[in-house]
Amino acid sequence: MSDYRIQGATGEWEVVIGLEVHAQVVSEAKLFSGAATAFGAEPNTQVSLVDAAMPGMLPTPNIECIRQAVRTGMAINAKINAWSRFDRKNYFYADLPQGYQISQLYHPLVGEGEISVDLDGGATKTIGIERIHVEQDAGKLMHDQHPSFSYVDLNRSGVALMEIVSRPDMRSPEEAGAYVRKLRAILRYVGSCDGNMEQGSMRADVNVSVRKPGQEFGTRTETKNVNSVRFIMAVIEHEARRQVDVIEDGGTIVQETRLYDPDRNETRSLRSKEDAHDYRYFPDPDLLPLELSDAFLEECRATLPELPDAKRDRYEQELGLSAYNAAVLTADVTTARWFEELLAATGKSGAEIGKAASNWVISDLFGALNRLGRTIEDSPVTPKQGAGLLALVADGTLSGTLSKQVFEIMLETGDDPEKIVEERGLKQTSDTGAIDAVIAEVLAANADKVAEYRSGKDKLFGFFVGQTMKAMQGKGNPAVVNELLRKALDQA
Amino acid sequence: MSKLTDLGIAALRDGVKDGAFSARDVATAFNDAVEKGRGLNAFIVETPEHALAAADVADKARASGDLKPLSGVPLGIKDLFCTKGVQTTAASRILEGFTPVYESTVSGKLFDAGAGMLGKLNLDEFAMGSSNETSGFGNVISPWRRSDGGNVALAPGGSSGGSSTAVSARLCPGATGTDTGGSIRQPAAFTGISGIKPTYGRCSRWGIVAFSSSLDQAGPMARDVRDCAIMLEAMTGFDPKDSTSLDLPVPNWEAGLNADLRGKRVGIPKEYRIDGVPEEINAVWDRGIEWLKDAGAEIVEVSLPHTKYALPTYYIIAPAEASSNLARYDGVRYGQRVAPAQGSLDDMYQATRAAGFGAEVKRRIMIGTYVLSAGFYDAYFNQAQKVRTLIARDFERAWEHCDLLLAPTAPSAAFGLGEKLADPIAMYLNDVFAVPASLAGLPAMSVPAGLDGQGLPLGLQIISKALDEQTVLNAGLALEQRAGFTHRPEAWW
Repeated sequence: MSDYRIQGATGEWEVVIGLEVHAQVVSEAKLFSGAATAFGAEPNTQVSLVDAAMPGMLPTPNIECIRQAVRTGMAINAKINAWSRFDRKNYFYADLPQGYQISQLYHPLVGEGEISVDLDGGATKTIGIERIHVEQDAGKLMHDQHPSFSYVDLNRSGVALMEIVSRPDMRSPEEAGAYVRKLRAILRYVGSCDGNMEQGSMRADVNVSVRKPGQEFGTRTETKNVNSVRFIMAVIEHEARRQVDVIEDGGTIVQETRLYDPDRNETRSLRSKEDAHDYRYFPDPDLLPLELSDAFLEECRATLPELPDAKRDRYEQELGLSAYNAAVLTADVTTARWFEELLAATGKSGAEIGKAASNWVISDLFGALNRLGRTIEDSPVTPKQGAGLLALVADGTLSGTLSKQVFEIMLETGDDPEKIVEERGLKQTSDTGAIDAVIAEVLAANADKVAEYRSGKDKLFGFFVGQTMKAMQGKGNPAVVNELLRKALDQA
Repeated sequence: MSKLTDLGIAALRDGVKDGAFSARDVATAFNDAVEKGRGLNAFIVETPEHALAAADVADKARASGDLKPLSGVPLGIKDLFCTKGVQTTAASRILEGFTPVYESTVSGKLFDAGAGMLGKLNLDEFAMGSSNETSGFGNVISPWRRSDGGNVALAPGGSSGGSSTAVSARLCPGATGTDTGGSIRQPAAFTGISGIKPTYGRCSRWGIVAFSSSLDQAGPMARDVRDCAIMLEAMTGFDPKDSTSLDLPVPNWEAGLNADLRGKRVGIPKEYRIDGVPEEINAVWDRGIEWLKDAGAEIVEVSLPHTKYALPTYYIIAPAEASSNLARYDGVRYGQRVAPAQGSLDDMYQATRAAGFGAEVKRRIMIGTYVLSAGFYDAYFNQAQKVRTLIARDFERAWEHCDLLLAPTAPSAAFGLGEKLADPIAMYLNDVFAVPASLAGLPAMSVPAGLDGQGLPLGLQIISKALDEQTVLNAGLALEQRAGFTHRPEAWW
């Protein structure tokens, strides 16, 4: 249970949150037309006759979009409705050429499911999903092209969206943020949505109400089209506070649609329930009910990847990773994919190399990427190169110190670690003769310290290790150096 | 030899093939007839060059032995079909000047089959009407006149009024129609020609300006049953661009024509005997029963108990779908735009739609908006959907007792222009016999059966099971042979 509370004049208030996330389906073509869906194209270059709602044009469902939505439903353990239907949602707006949006009100494709969310402190919470339906996106109005007219770009018109409707199960901004991040992770694992919130391929309508703990739900407001996790959390905080203030000042919350202004960090009323559109939903007579065969559903299931929770468990159990490492590496599909390519390239079993590999990715690689301002997708080091570096450490060619040096050179040059080691002679040496020779020199040069050590000042051992390594320019195998030093010092 | 324009589709096709005349001569003769027939206002756009071009292709094809099923046959195309490069208006001012960059599947199939286009035929605006009086481009006048010697201008029926007039007046040997609730059958009956609405899904709706998507279906209108069969074969077939299109092979209906109805049972729906229908209608119906008996059929009385709900059901579902289908005519992308100075987007919508739509279209948009609106949806639209299912079930039950149904096409002969315009309900009643088959998606045809006391044509309607167009056509042929309907309007235009 969340203990997030709004402190009001009359006591504590609890916030109740439900989210409707609109996720753009990854597909070459639009939901009901063959037009392309690439982001950022010149206005009105990705518009078919259907998208422009020319007279006599008819929609035909793109089965790839349906497949993606079904796979998404399966990934959240939802009921898949083998029989669903499209409805028209009627309203007039210049970005909506048909004068209606094809959506699914009465019989959505995906029914109830759930998502398990990780909260701070290791707790988890299950958030219910009410439904997922597929629908068309609208076009985009451009207000900066002409002094007195708005222009319309229909590139986005007809692009497939999944509307993922949660139950009002969240109780704090953190829970909502964790839910959206987890949902985004699942969508990216499944490959049904790229989760890119800046480009608008994922955005949320945020439903917020407040109540005294344990009482009935209050009246909710809906803040539309919020396009980042940070903003979603800010909307909840702000809106909950606003509602408490209104109620405590003797007012009532009206069911309404609001807009979030990130610049001023506030929400504003867009329209109240009284002014709400009457969408006159009815079954789209241009489309037959969508009936999915068992074979199709089976194929959808067969193409589901390992999902974040399962992957994290496996990393902990099979690879022996710490809970922290497993969580970090599975949080995003790109990281997990990179990590698994790295493991595969080592040619070793996960149990053997997993731990070392995970530590290297999380501390060395992430550290470097962070410093360079890069993401793992454009990492200057490939998984194969990373595997080469790990192999050089594992077989004793490189010490930890040397491997860090080599890694830095890899980042700069993009060269393979083997090549760097070879060309720059950065190999660690385990040659006992060579090491013994250096040790002899070090001991000779520090006869006084040797005496001190031998008379019981054990702590000086580290000093000799340092001197020896320094003399060997870091290339001595630390284990061998340790062993030989101890032998030499304990001799007499 | 008779005039080329007196010939029907089969005769023109065969004559071109046999070399009795050239396709160019045919096109020229019909182009002339179209020009002379302008007083009937059957065409919104004339396309003589299209007809000539197709004729030249046909004449070359004949020389090289590559004739197609409709080579040499020029047709009229109802202006509800989008035609590439030729203005398409649905007879609405809101689409005036709209020239599609695409060809409707059905018109494209006809052209691929060798047909040419004489022009775009007038209709009721967005196919909403039963008299062609709602057209934004003026009334179509029926070529028929009452035998009382008066010159009252008569309605050609609707919504395919341009099609019915053009075929009846010999301006075209055949024309496309569309039928949502009788729009092929009733005008065919009013003008003494034949017309068939095939099973819903036989003809692709792609590129046909939508009125009511779950009901709209294209079909041919022509002089006789054989010509309808020929055209229908060319118009039908699966189209992946229409989700409701039927993925079935196209039967060879012309080759299957057979007027021998032995072994067939014809149902006479008792609920179609309604009060207030002129005795002449029932008399022609009784004659039809005798003709089908004579063709070998057995006659049985059947019951379609929900018939009386068909018209109200239709006038909920069709306007509901239309109110949504017509939302795209908003002045933003094509057609007419009226943008008041300093006005908002809503002002533009209102001004555009106020100026662009006629009264009947506005009435149906309002009815449709009402029956779909919150609080009324269950009482009207949902209820109508349920009744529609019951009506379809009535037919299913009837098929346990018979193979086809015989009924009048319309409850009256053609009426005078303006006579019913002020009373929408009276106008809607025209389709009382036509809408049940539309709601059930069944194939149905009207063939001319005789003249009433004023010398005006009356039609008989045949309805059969889904996909059994052949039985419809065969029964139509049996009626046609016995009715011996050779009447045609005297050319006064």
